[in-house]
Parts: sequence; structure tokens; C-alpha cells
Amino acid sequence: MELFLRYVRENWADLLVFTGQHIMMVLIGLLLALVVGIPLGILASRNRVSARIILTLANIIQVFPSLALLVLLMVVFGLGTTTVVAGLFLYSLLPVIRNTYVGLTQVDKSIMEAGKGVGMSPLQIMLNVQLPLALPFMLTGIRIAAVIAIGVATIAPLVGGDGLGREIYSGINMNNSARLYAGAIPAAILALLADFALERLQNGTRVAGR
Amino acid sequence: MIRFENVRKIYDDGFEALKKINLEIKEGELTVLIGPSGCGKSTLMKHINRLNNPTSGKIFIRGKDISSIDPTQLRRSIGYVIQNVGLFPHMNIARNVAVVPKLLKWDKENTAHKVDELLRMVNLDPDVYRYRYPSELSGGQQQRIGVIRALAADPDVILLDEPFSALDPISREQLQDELIRLQQELKKTIVFVTHDMDEAIKIADTIVLMKSGEIVQTGSPEHILRHPANEFVTSFIGKKHLTTDTLDPGLTVDDVMSVNPVTASPERGMAAAIQFMERHRVDSLIIVGKKRELLGYVSVFNVLKGYRHEDSRLGDIMKPFVHVVESGSSVALALTLMNEHGLPYVPVVRDGHLVGLVTRGSVVRHMAEIYNPDDMSLEELTAEAEKLKEETPLEPAEEEEEEEGGEHA
Ligand SMILES: Nc1ncnc2c1ncn2[C@@H]1O[C@H](COP(=O)(O)OP(=O)(O)O)[C@@H](O)[C@H]1O
Ligand SMILES: [Mg+2]
Repeated sequence: MELFLRYVRENWADLLVFTGQHIMMVLIGLLLALVVGIPLGILASRNRVSARIILTLANIIQVFPSLALLVLLMVVFGLGTTTVVAGLFLYSLLPVIRNTYVGLTQVDKSIMEAGKGVGMSPLQIMLNVQLPLALPFMLTGIRIAAVIAIGVATIAPLVGGDGLGREIYSGINMNNSARLYAGAIPAAILALLADFALERLQNGTRVAGR
Repeated sequence: MIRFENVRKIYDDGFEALKKINLEIKEGELTVLIGPSGCGKSTLMKHINRLNNPTSGKIFIRGKDISSIDPTQLRRSIGYVIQNVGLFPHMNIARNVAVVPKLLKWDKENTAHKVDELLRMVNLDPDVYRYRYPSELSGGQQQRIGVIRALAADPDVILLDEPFSALDPISREQLQDELIRLQQELKKTIVFVTHDMDEAIKIADTIVLMKSGEIVQTGSPEHILRHPANEFVTSFIGKKHLTTDTLDPGLTVDDVMSVNPVTASPERGMAAAIQFMERHRVDSLIIVGKKRELLGYVSVFNVLKGYRHEDSRLGDIMKPFVHVVESGSSVALALTLMNEHGLPYVPVVRDGHLVGLVTRGSVVRHMAEIYNPDDMSLEELTAEAEKLKEETPLEPAEEEEEEEGGEHA
């Protein structure tokens, strides 16, 4: 414990950089997942066939072991952060797509018909009715995706990436538990914080909507 | 105003929901579409704002074929209210009401003004309700918001699809009254779907009665009640709505008369008569002989006039009946007599002997018993009887006679 504290005191600047890298990788991966996943979720909600295809594909990606996926991506992108971000993106995709899809399809048909009945165009129904009502579900998806991504990002160094994983693997390699903790504890805290913050956000939208 | 010409609707699954509908909905009227569940009321109504499009046939609004109008544009010019869930749960009341003005790009100030005006119109304080969410309102309040949302952009035509059917009876009555009031104020063309005949009779100018995709009968509530087109209409109207016009012709006075009227013998004196009337709370007595032969009647005024003479008897001051009905005559005959001569009651006689009394109250009571033992509460019945009594001050009060078995003095 003393060792750990001393290590942190002496290396806090490096740790901060690792944490920053970690967050950046997760954010970029997540953002890409939102940009791609939300439209795919919307597409899936439009009809049965598209739902089957999109959800099945996203599921297949998800069942790949994370290390195997990263190694496969490394073949394409080479060693480095790009591979990690691509992996995080793919891993976040399913929760985003699935929750967008569920959120959109659970909206009461009669509320959508009311929107149609008052003269909204299909786009206006999507923007003014369906998406706002699906928001709490979509936030659940983002929350799950964020927590998974923060975890998966710790294996980044294996494919040449940065982040808190560096400390963890160095700690393992050098049999230095202080170092290992210095990587693992901030990663765990990050995951908890993300979970907590997104839950708050989610509750906020729920209160406004009900 | 709105005209359906040979409109047929076959859904994608091959179901023929509308069969050659021809219908004219008049401007400024409240037209009610009614019929059993699944008969195509909603289907028909949704053709007006193009939520449905006809398989064949045409629909015109003000002479214009609506298939040539852009559906979203058309819908913004027509108010639409649906059963309970029509409000957007994620929008506050002001935003819900302002949905159509916003789609029509009204400026903010105008819109806010209109929202407040409409809220006040249905007795909801804008300052209290503007920022509430639908789930924070009662069912009745939500449905009021549904109605004013449909009114917000001042459409000429408003469609309401079973808007009140999920409400409790009291809220429903209130909203029906408000709708009638709004209709009288605003003179909109309203199309209203319901499956509740009471509701239709209460609010409709014109009722359109449907059955399995066809219109069975169209007309005012009065017309449909009096002249149901066929057996189906009669059964759908329900027995309780039948008026005296449609009284079973076989019904006789014996079926409806009260058999224990308050009677007195001609030998009675004035003081005794007054006491007797007071006890039974009646204002006239029927005078019968020892074998219940009908002799005449006295009213309380006659009695008071004769009171001065201590030895006068009821027999001296009584008046003979001009109109009586024979036992076995039709109820219609008795009612006609009462109506034409303004009589509070007519005695029923057999061979000159009194067997009963037909009063308006006794007819009402009889009909109520036959037609709706469950539907009308005792209070309603009593209220009905009271009303009739006020109209006919000379009628013997019959609650008494039931208790005391029609005493004879
Ligand atoms: N979209 C649809 N596809 C197929 N059949 C439908 C559709 N909508 C309604 N129907 C059928 O058409 C009939 C009339 O429906 P509807 O107009 O909703 O009846 P109502 O409003 O009188 O209860 C019903 O038998 C219903 O099942
Ligand atoms: Mg219906």
C-alpha cells in the first residue's frame, strides 16, 4: 500500500497522461459507435428484414472475444491506437444499435399515429416523437457501451495502444503490484464514474418525460 | 361539406372494411358515427384526413377531391382527437397544444396566446397547467387537452375517435356538455365516433349508424329513435330508448295502471275528506260506491268550497268523469286522452266499476320496469316521477298508496 502511494506520488504526471489517453480512446470509439449505431438502430426499427440483418451482424461482432477481435483488426490497421479505437467502436456498436432499436420500437403506436394525425411528416415524427421517447433507452445503451469500452481499452497495449493498460501490463511483466494497481484502480474508477454520470443523465430525461 | 362517393376500403390483408360508402357530412353539424366494434367507424373517419386512403371511390371536402391534397398539409387543417393516449408524454401541456401551430410555423407570441386562450376555454388555468406533463393530469383533463390541441390551429373540421370512452361517467358527461357548448360557440364541422348510443343521442345533430362496413341508417337522433330502419337499428338503439311512439301496440291499460288508487265513498263529509287527502298526500279523491262502481271525483278545491256546509257530503259536490277507458283498451288510447284533454289521470273501468288508474307516473314506472330494471337507478326513477307530478298537480301521490294499500274511506 505504501509502495503504491509512493509510486503514484512519483508518477502522477504519467498516470494522468495515461488516463487522458484512455478516456480519449473510449470517447472516440463511443462517438463513432453513436454516429454509426444510431442510424443503424433507426434503420432496424423501420422494418423486420432490416432489423434481422443489422441486429444479427452486431451480435456476431459482440460474441468475438475482445483479444481476438483486436488481433484481427491489427492485421488491417497495424499496431497502434487506431486498432484500439476501431475495436472499441465495434464493441460499443451492439449496445447502441440494440437500445436505439428497442427504444424506437417500444414507442406506443397510437402516439405515433397521433403525430401523423396532427400532420407531422415521417421525419418530424422521428425527430419530435420517436427519438425523444426512445432517449432513456438509448442512454442505457450508451452507458453499457461506455463501461464495456473502458474495460476493453485496458488490453490496448497488446496491440500497440496506450492508456492505463500500459501500467497494468508493465506491472504484470515486472511483477510490480504497485504499478499494476496504479493502472487498474483508475480504470475501475473511470468505469464507475461513467456509469454513475450516465445514470444521472438518464434519470434526468425520464423525469422530464413522465 | 365532406362527401363520400362510393368509397370502398380493402385492407392489405384482403379484409373489406368499407363497402361502397355514400355519405354527406353537413357543414357546422356534429355528426356521430356509431355502430358495433369493428364495423368500420374509425376506418371511415380516417379517410377524411387521409390516414386511410380509399381502395376505390372519392372523398371531397368543400367540393375538392382530397386525393389531390398533400396528406400532411391536409392533416394540419383538420383537428384530430383519439382515445386517451393522443398526447405526447414527453411534451408539456403548452407544447402539446401548440403542436399544430408549430408545424404551421406560427410565431411564438401568437402561439402562446392561443394556448392560453384555449386552456381557459376548457376551464384550466394556464398558469397552473402550462408546464405540466400529461401524466400529471387526470384523464378528463388530458382529454380536454386533446380536444383543444385539435382546435389550436382553428380547423374547420374536427375528427374525434371515441374521445371520451375511457373516462369515468361523470367526466364523460362533463366533456360531452363542454363539447356541445364549444360546438354551439365555434360552429365547427365535427365528426365523432362512438359506440355508446346515449352519447350519440345526447350530442349528435346527425347520427350515422354503421354495421359491418355499411351505413345502415342516417338521420337525427329523434328520427332514428322514432323510425328505426330495421331490426338491427332497433336492437342497437336498445330498448330503453324506445319512446311512446314505439310502445308495444298490444300493451293495455291493465298492464300499466295502478290498481290501488285512493278512493272515498260519497257519504264522507268535508273534514274527513281533507284529513284523508292529507294523510295520503293526494289532491283529489275518486268517489266509488260500495261495490266500487265509479261515481266521480272531488278535488281539494271542491272540498274547500263545500267546507262551509257542515252537512254536505262528498256525493253532493263530486263531479262525474267525462273520460274513462274500458279495461283492455290500449295504453296509447289512455295517453291520447290524457294529452288531448290535459288530464292528470284516467280511471280504468270494467262494467262501470273502477279497476285502476292510469297516470303518467304509472306509465313511466311500468316502462322503466320492463325496459331497464338495471339501467335506471331508483333516484332517477323517483326524480322522473316527481317531475311528472309537478306537471300534473292533481295526480294522487302514489308512493302512499303503495304503502297503505289504497285505502278506501
Ligand atoms: N390496418 C388494418 N389492416 C387490416 N384490417 C384492419 C386494419 N384496421 C382495421 N382493420 C379491420 O377493419 C375493421 C374495422 O375496423 P375499425 O374501423 O377500426 O372499426 P371500429 O372503429 O368501428 O371499431 C375491423 O374488423 C378491423 O379488424
Ligand atoms: Mg375504432
